[in-house]
Amino acid sequence: MSSPTRDTMLLKTPFHSRVEAACALNDWGNWMGYTTPNAYFDVELEYFAIRSTTGVFDLSPMNKYQISGPDAETYLNRLVTRDITKIGINRVGYAIWCNDAGQVLDDGTIFRFSDNEFRLCSYQRADDWLAWNSLGFDVTVENVSTDIAGLAVQGPTSCTILTLLGCENLNQLKPFGMAHYEFEGRPLMVSRTGFTGDLGYEVWVPPESAEALWDQLFELGRDYLIKPFGSHALELARIEAGFLQANTDFMPAEEVVRVGRTRNPFELGLGWLVDFNKPLFNGRAALATVQEKGSKYRFVLLDVDGNKPAEHSFIMKNGKVVGTVTSAAWCPTAKANLAYAQLEMPHGVVGDKLIAEIYYQRELHWTQLYAPCKVIEAPIFKPARRWQTPAPPH
Amino acid sequence: MNQYDAIVIGAGHNGLTNGAYLAKAGLRVAVLERNPYIGGATVSRELHKGWYYSNCSYVSSLLRPEITRDLELPRHGLQVVPFGGGATFMRNGDHFGTYADHDRHYREIARHSKRDANAYDRYAADTSLQTKLIRPYLMRMPPDPTSLKPRDLRDLMEFAQSFMSLGEEKLLDTIKFWTASVGDYLNEYFETDVIKAHMAGSGIIGTALGVYSPGTAYVLLHHYMGDVDGNVGAWGFARGGMGAIASALSKAFQSFGGDIICDANVDEIIVRNGRAVGVALKDGTEYRAPIVVSNLDPKRTFLDITNPRDLPASVVKKAQNFKIRGSSGKLNIALDGLPVFHGLDPRNRIMAGDLHFSDSLERQERAYDDWKAGTWSKDPYLDMMIPSLTDPTMAPPGKHMMSVFVQYAPPKVEGREWTDEDKDGFEKSVIDQISNYSPNFKDLILHCETRTPREIEAEVGLTEGNIFMGELTFDQLLFNRPFPGYAQYRSPIKGMYMCSSGTHPGGGVMAAPGANAAREILRDLKRPNTVPGGYADD
Amino acid sequence: MTDYDAIVIGAGHNGLICASYLARAKHTVLVIDARLVPGGCASTREFAENYRVSDCAQWLSQLDKTVVSDLQLSGAGLVLSDPKSTISLQSDASHVTFDGDTVIGATIDNEDVTDYRSFRSQMRRFAKVLATLYNGRPPKLVERNWTDRITLLKLGLGLKMLGKSHMQDLMRLALINIYDVMNEYFKHPALKSAIALDAITGSTMGPRSPNTVFSYLHKATGEFLSESGTRQVIGGMGALGSALASSAEAAGVEIKLGCKVKAIKKTGHAVSGVELIDGTLLSSKIVVSSADPTTTFKSMLGYAQMEAGMAKRAELYRNRCGTAKLHIALKALPTFTGLNHAQLSQRLIIAPPMDDMETALNPMKYSEISDQHLFDISIPSIDDPSLSPEGHHVLSALVHYVPFSPNVGWDEARQSLTDQLINEISAYAPDLKSLVVASELVTPADFERTHHVTGGNWHHGELSIDQALMMRPFPGSTQYKTAVEGLYLCGAGAHPGGGLLGLPGRNAAKEIIKGGALA
Repeated sequence: MSSPTRDTMLLKTPFHSRVEAACALNDWGNWMGYTTPNAYFDVELEYFAIRSTTGVFDLSPMNKYQISGPDAETYLNRLVTRDITKIGINRVGYAIWCNDAGQVLDDGTIFRFSDNEFRLCSYQRADDWLAWNSLGFDVTVENVSTDIAGLAVQGPTSCTILTLLGCENLNQLKPFGMAHYEFEGRPLMVSRTGFTGDLGYEVWVPPESAEALWDQLFELGRDYLIKPFGSHALELARIEAGFLQANTDFMPAEEVVRVGRTRNPFELGLGWLVDFNKPLFNGRAALATVQEKGSKYRFVLLDVDGNKPAEHSFIMKNGKVVGTVTSAAWCPTAKANLAYAQLEMPHGVVGDKLIAEIYYQRELHWTQLYAPCKVIEAPIFKPARRWQTPAPPH
Repeated sequence: MNQYDAIVIGAGHNGLTNGAYLAKAGLRVAVLERNPYIGGATVSRELHKGWYYSNCSYVSSLLRPEITRDLELPRHGLQVVPFGGGATFMRNGDHFGTYADHDRHYREIARHSKRDANAYDRYAADTSLQTKLIRPYLMRMPPDPTSLKPRDLRDLMEFAQSFMSLGEEKLLDTIKFWTASVGDYLNEYFETDVIKAHMAGSGIIGTALGVYSPGTAYVLLHHYMGDVDGNVGAWGFARGGMGAIASALSKAFQSFGGDIICDANVDEIIVRNGRAVGVALKDGTEYRAPIVVSNLDPKRTFLDITNPRDLPASVVKKAQNFKIRGSSGKLNIALDGLPVFHGLDPRNRIMAGDLHFSDSLERQERAYDDWKAGTWSKDPYLDMMIPSLTDPTMAPPGKHMMSVFVQYAPPKVEGREWTDEDKDGFEKSVIDQISNYSPNFKDLILHCETRTPREIEAEVGLTEGNIFMGELTFDQLLFNRPFPGYAQYRSPIKGMYMCSSGTHPGGGVMAAPGANAAREILRDLKRPNTVPGGYADD
Repeated sequence: MTDYDAIVIGAGHNGLICASYLARAKHTVLVIDARLVPGGCASTREFAENYRVSDCAQWLSQLDKTVVSDLQLSGAGLVLSDPKSTISLQSDASHVTFDGDTVIGATIDNEDVTDYRSFRSQMRRFAKVLATLYNGRPPKLVERNWTDRITLLKLGLGLKMLGKSHMQDLMRLALINIYDVMNEYFKHPALKSAIALDAITGSTMGPRSPNTVFSYLHKATGEFLSESGTRQVIGGMGALGSALASSAEAAGVEIKLGCKVKAIKKTGHAVSGVELIDGTLLSSKIVVSSADPTTTFKSMLGYAQMEAGMAKRAELYRNRCGTAKLHIALKALPTFTGLNHAQLSQRLIIAPPMDDMETALNPMKYSEISDQHLFDISIPSIDDPSLSPEGHHVLSALVHYVPFSPNVGWDEARQSLTDQLINEISAYAPDLKSLVVASELVTPADFERTHHVTGGNWHHGELSIDQALMMRPFPGSTQYKTAVEGLYLCGAGAHPGGGLLGLPGRNAAKEIIKGGALA
């Protein structure tokens, strides 16, 4: 029995000793109950490592569930809105899942290891929902979050560095593909996935290999300008790349208290992930009705005039509030002032011109700004290297 | 001079609140108290030199913030300090702790079950939804569904609409929550016995029902309805004991010119020509006022201090049928030091929280079986606190004061009155249970005050010692509290009102009944309202 | 082209009633049942050689009168006894007899007699209001359409018509326990406990449990809609099953017995038929299940075939039950102290004072065997000699509270409990033990096995408020239509619930016809 008074308030990931050493700013945050760096040395430079060299992010706190058994495929196919059978072995798929009312619970990635073996990787915890979903299926769902350590290795030189680490022919790996290697006698899995919208990989190892992995990556990557990056830099990259985040851009439906605060996939611009031609999935009936009758909201990307991020802004049309911003940032590569916003229908078709009400402060002086903005096609940052196979060396 | 504008019977927290708002409106008000001290069940007394016992109510959460602020209770000395956390000790030597910090709480549940730890977030969201539904109605008079008055119809419509806005499934889930047993309700979320048992405690405290009795999920909700500084569901200690609440209320009342008269034991409400005109004390003294407000429970109000000839027979019957069931007892213990408990580091902050020993629903249900059979629980459910870990005024430095709320204790033992031997047996079953988990506990006891329903009734005047002044079952909630047709604080006698916890929204040291009743009295007097409405809860 | 318009799973009374109404609306209907005889829980069985009993349901008191006339059950061979009075047996032989609105007993005073009459009329008043809800689909509260609005309006009107004081009484009583209400109304303990027995039958609740007034009102509403009084079916309950089956067949319904449904099948996203245990596939436009919701959703359709939220609700549906049945074959008519021959054929109950009823309940909660039980006894062979050899008799008793699976296991508990129960009855009938030829105890677990009702629950799911009315069986699958397209419910697991009402079957058929799924 452990004595809870000996608990530290936040847990440490398997990379913590290395992360702590690298965290020059000593700027820490809490992610999933883990001590995680907000920034290592300079948010902007960290961000540019992702976009021009290689950035490394400790992914270990992600929730990981191993799903196996004869019904694993049908189980997952009933869980998520896209057709899982189309994900081949050693391939990864992005997916969302809904409750019966068709409201989004979370999004995540599904790794397929074999016919009957999958791993679901999610931002939110899902133990309870996954367990309820297993009723009637011959399937085992196991929370393996602490059994696997992960690093996101993202950026133009990432393929080269990982190849040096021993990931042979990694440049042949297609986007959303997985490859298996050995690292110091233990398994190492690489998937060409990420949350940055750039060429990049996620590397998964047993926790025992974590520190050695970090050390060798940074050693081998030195000449390719490898740098660690924290949550703040990731936030910039993901906004630029068009990724949504639970609890920021939408509320996981099971945790919502107030009526009307949940969203369906269409309202989040994720209608493309809903496949009505596949077998039964949670929320199907409700979503079919939504598709027929239309939704209340639309999720859009806004290009905002000026350079003041439209954080928490109201979005107006003809003097009336028609929506609010969920995420916003000045994106250094795209050189654009971007904002994600949820707008009431029918607003938000591409090309719509709206006004963002921005408040910003300089030396304790607050300024109110009505910045014109325009609905644009997402994402704005689409480097060719992200999709190229073979992956370019730098 | 014994002539007042209004007389309030009973200087408990609701009586004082009611008096304060009437006095604030410019009325000359007297609050009469039977005991030589004020507070009713909201009291702290030095029963052992150097130790102060909140010997009835012992924690605070539900006290409406609107009232605290409006009556400037902090200025009158009230300070409520949250304790955060708690634990249930298990028979296997482990424990289940609760923490105010979300991550730490998650980790503690996950230590027992990862699934439960995750389900807790869903549970928290679902129960919050329920408290949000009910909270706006705490500082309001309940509408009468049988009435066609515009005000009732408007309020009923509003009430119906807030429920309708949930949508079909959530509305049905709400009905389920309000009618289900706490055991069945928790089974829908959790798989681990000790976690269910820890949470189920709130569903039975102060209630003559078991964890498997339908309706107990609502009692759980009642305990979640409060907050400390906006932390919904959090509980805290009034610094200086619960008496500090009564003390602050009395100062607020006196600041508006009100009189508190102690040792004034009311014999009867004087009624002339169908109107209340004052009260007569047992010693013959009379006080006159056109408004008489009873802060006694509905049974005492209508069966003890009102002459039946002044009441319609149907109301006498309703009062007789009102369900007040003694189901709890209390031990207040002066300790020579801090007891240690198996498996818990005494430095852990949760030691200052609510501590329990029932690690399964079955043990709680068996405790209830004893009550049904007319005896105290042999393996009782305890809600135990050591307030001196939070509040240094309760005991000398290094010493501790322990408050042990005991569920269940019957109002009568196998049909007869409690005897001193019964009381000793009751005390022993509680002390033995604590000792099973704490090796040094017995040796630390310096003084123990044991209160069975008999003592609580005799001293505080709560019928059967029921802490809520009436069961919190659906037949006695909202427009049914205390009984249908009389849920709007008015009695059948003109000029006579009710303001106790036996009226909406019920017990738990909310002070809302007192305030709501004052609003209705002032309305009848066509005086400007002095009572605040509820804070908007979004 | 499908084999049938509708396949009804289960030839219990609700399944047959639903099928009959559908067939009378000119639809082709097949009823399938795993058992070899029609009737489901309305069945007669030879439990010992030449001794037959109603092996599950015992009395007919709630069968809706419109069902009886619509389906011409008298013409189909249904013969009933005269209405029975209820006699509550007392250990001192000062028995208390209930007959309609009157109660008679040497120890019952006039005040209780009057109060009993006013109690009955009050319950009838409430039953009349509830009947508004029982006679059709339960209204949705938010997504309501015109039908639901009219039902709600009628309900509201019914409540207003009660008048202020009765309405207040209903608001207070609806959710509380029968224990308090009895103490408010009456003085005599036997009077209280006899009524309390009706409130707890088929449940796992004691008189002190809130919700028991509701379950009493449920029974009262059934009786109000039936107007039959409590009667015995001649030939045993199975005769009701046969009568319903012949009525159904006369209407054109095809009935397949001894055919177990293995699965409810879907094509695409809609139910399209059933698969039998032998592999036969039968197709239909809709499938209507009169099996309990757990059997329907968990075993036949399968949780994988529905969305997860619905599977969760189905899994959380509660089916606990504490009612068993005891059958005794007797070589002669037993003597009950203080009862004459005519009284022996009545409904005899053993209901100890309410506090003892509560004590009798406690062990069941922990899967233990109680020292004391509650009985609802019938000696059907007096009115119906065909049930036993000449001069011999059968005695059947509903017994409460018996756990579903005792901690010691039924192998060990069965015989000792049987003996104990016979002993308990013998306290009122001293010669009983000497007359026993054979006996059988049917536990809730046995009911689950033989009658395919989950948990052995006669109501197809506990009838607590959160599983009743517009919440039955669970949100999202109310109004007889489940969340799975083409699958309907018509059993006691649907509104208004169990008790041989026949209303779930009738209401479901009406909804199906009106909904146009068969058009």
